Amino acid sequence: MNIVVPIKQVPETSNVKMDPEKGTMIRDGVESVINPLDLYAIEAALRLKEEHGGTVTAMTMGPPPAELAVRQAIAMGCEAGILVSDRKFGGSDTWATSYTLAQAIRKVGEVDLIITGERATDGDTAQVGPGIAAWLDLPLATYIAHITGVTTERITVERLVEEGYQLLDVPFPCVITVVKEIASPRLPTLAGKKRSKTQDIPLYNADNMELDPASLGLKGSPTKVVKIATPKVARGGKVVSAAGETGVMHAVDELMKFLDEKELV
Amino acid sequence: MSFVWTIAEQYEGQLRGVSFELLSRGRALADELGTKLASVVIGDGVDEKALEELIHRGADEVYSIQDPRLKDFVCETYSRILTDLVETYQPAIILAAATSSGRTLMPYVAIKVNTGLTADCTELAIEEGTGNLLQTRPAIGGNIMATIKTPDHRPQMSTVRPKSSRPLPRDTSRTGKIVEVPVEDRYIDDRVHVLGYRRDEEEFANIEEADFVVAGGKGMKKADNFVMLKKMADHFGGEVGASRDAVDRGWIAYPHQIGLSGKTISPRLYIGAGVSGSIQHLAGIKTSETIVAINSDPDAPILKVADFGIVGDLFQVVPELQRRLDEKNTEAT
Ligand SMILES: Cc1cc2nc3c(=O)[nH]c(=O)nc-3n(C[C@H](O)[C@H](O)[C@H](O)COP(=O)(O)OP(=O)(O)OC[C@H]3O[C@@H](n4cnc5c(N)ncnc54)[C@H](O)[C@@H]3O)c2cc1C
Ligand SMILES: Nc1ncnc2c1ncn2[C@@H]1O[C@H](COP(=O)(O)O)[C@@H](O)[C@H]1O
Repeated sequence: MNIVVPIKQVPETSNVKMDPEKGTMIRDGVESVINPLDLYAIEAALRLKEEHGGTVTAMTMGPPPAELAVRQAIAMGCEAGILVSDRKFGGSDTWATSYTLAQAIRKVGEVDLIITGERATDGDTAQVGPGIAAWLDLPLATYIAHITGVTTERITVERLVEEGYQLLDVPFPCVITVVKEIASPRLPTLAGKKRSKTQDIPLYNADNMELDPASLGLKGSPTKVVKIATPKVARGGKVVSAAGETGVMHAVDELMKFLDEKELV
Repeated sequence: MSFVWTIAEQYEGQLRGVSFELLSRGRALADELGTKLASVVIGDGVDEKALEELIHRGADEVYSIQDPRLKDFVCETYSRILTDLVETYQPAIILAAATSSGRTLMPYVAIKVNTGLTADCTELAIEEGTGNLLQTRPAIGGNIMATIKTPDHRPQMSTVRPKSSRPLPRDTSRTGKIVEVPVEDRYIDDRVHVLGYRRDEEEFANIEEADFVVAGGKGMKKADNFVMLKKMADHFGGEVGASRDAVDRGWIAYPHQIGLSGKTISPRLYIGAGVSGSIQHLAGIKTSETIVAINSDPDAPILKVADFGIVGDLFQVVPELQRRLDEKNTEAT
C-alpha cells in the first residue's frame, strides 16, 4: 500500500506573530514544528504500513525550511519525503494549496491512500484534506477515529460525527482525515534520525510539476484576507475566593446571583 | 439578484437546530442585499411540516431533494447534488454549519464549483459599495480574527459554528415556495458504503451542540469524580466536557475533549472545574457565551478569561453549587 501523508509545518502554537499589513504570519524567530494534528496522520500511516506493507511518503508544501518537517517525519519512520516549494506558491489559500498538493500527488504516481491531519493549528480550516479529495475526485472520509479493517480493495473506518461514529467502507484510492483518537504518535527512533539527515528529499516546484499558472499562490487564491485583528481574550470577569469557613457558601451565593442575572438558572 | 442560501441539516428525517440558526444569519444578509433567502434540504423523510418550519424561521424558498438513497450523509453524493444546484441557480452566498458533514461537504463542493470557502465564521457582513461578503473568523487557536472576502468568485461560501447564533422566532404568517428537486441516478455515487452507526451512550457526547457544558480537568483527580459533573450537566440539560489531560488519563472518552486537538464549543454556559486553561484548551472555549471557572490556584490562566471565577477547592464548590441548583429547582416546582 502506497500512502502519502501531507503534513504542514506550523509555528509552535504558544507564540505566533502576525504581519498586520499582509495579514500573513511572521515566521522569523518562531520555532517551527510539524502540525501536531498531522502526527496522528503519520502514525496512522505507519501502522497501516507495518501491518499491510507498502511505503509512507510525507509531503509538505511550504518555504524551503519546511524540508525539516519532512525530515522529522522520516525520523519517525516514513520511507520518503517530498518538498513542494516555489515562490509562486506563496500566499496560497486552501483552494490553491489543495490544488498544488493534488498535482504533487498525481506526480508521485500510484497512491492508494492519502491521510491528512484534521486541521492545521495555524490556518485552522480543516479544508485542505477534503480539497485534495475533490481535486483528485477521490472518495473522502473525514474525522476518522478508528480503522477497523483493510482488504486489498477497501478500508473500513469509523468517522466521528455528532450522533456517534458513522461506519464507512471506502474503496482505494481514497483520502481520509484523522482525529487524535486514531493513535498516539511515536517518537523518532535513533536509526530514523540518522537516516533522515542524509535522505534525499526531492523538490517539486512550478518547473517540474504540471500546473495551471493562474491557480497558484496568492493570485490564484479565491479568498483574500482583508483585515487581521487581535481579539481581547481577557473578559475581566469577577473572581471570588472560597477561602475561610463561610467562603464556599459565599462564593456559591455570588455565582448563583451571577447565573440568575444571566438567566442561566 | 442572486439568492443567499443556507444548507439545512437533517438526521433520520429530523431537521437539526443548526438549520434554523443558519437562517437567522442568512436572513440578515439577504435583507441587506435586497435578495431572497433559500434553504437547501438534502436527505430523506423530512416532512412538509418541517420544510414549512424553514419558511416560518426566515426562508423565502426551500429546495428539497429527498430520496431513500440520501438518508445518510455521503460526501460524494451530496456534493454532486449541491454542485448541480449551484450551477443551475447560481446563488451569491452559501452558508452551511461547521458540523462534521458541513465541514466535509463544503470544502469538497468549493473545489467542484471553483470558489473560495471560509471556515468557522463568527461574523458575517456585507461590504458597503461592493456587496461582497465579509467573513470574520478566528485563526491560530483564536489568537487572531481574520476578515476574509471572495471578491471574484461566486458563490461566496462560509461555514458557521453551531450555537453561534440564535434562530429567529417562528413567524407562521410567513409564506414561501417549496421546490421539490427530482433526484437523478447520476447523483448517486456508490463508491463509499455506509455500514451503520455506533453509539456508545457512556462514551458519547455531542458537546458541540450543547447549550451547557460542564468540563473537568486534571484537578478532578479520578474518573469516578466525573459523576458529579455529569449530575450537574444533566441538571442543565447539557453535556460533560474535559481537558486533554483528563482524556489522556482515561477518565473520560475522547468525544468529550475540548480544545485544539478536540472540539471547539460555543455553549451558552461553560463551567470548568480543575481545568487550568492552557492555550490549547482555551482555543476550544473562547467563543462560549459565558465562562465560569472553579480552580484552587488564583493564578490559573482560565480565571483571566472567565466571566466568573471561584478560587477554591472544586470538591467543596461543585457539591455546594449542585445543592443550590437542586434547591432552586424544588423552590420552582
Ligand atoms: C499540540 C497540543 C494539543 C493540545 N490539545 C489540547 C486540547 O485539545 N485540549 C486540552 O484541554 N488540552 C490540550 N493540550 C494540552 C494542554 O497543553 C494542557 O496540558 C491541558 O489542557 C491541561 O489540562 P488540565 O487543565 O486538565 O490540567 P492542568 O494544567 O494540570 O490543570 C489542572 C488544574 O486543576 C486545578 N486543581 C487541582 N486540584 C484542584 C481542586 N481540588 N480544586 C480546584 N482546582 C484544582 C489546578 O490548580 C490546575 O489549574 C494540547 C497540547 C498540545 C501540545
Ligand atoms: N502546506 C501544506 N502542506 C502539506 N499538507 C498540508 C498543508 N496545508 C494543509 N495540509 C494538510 O491538510 C490538513 C488540513 O489543513 P488545513 O485545511 O490548513 O486546516 C493538515 O492537517 C495537513 O495534513
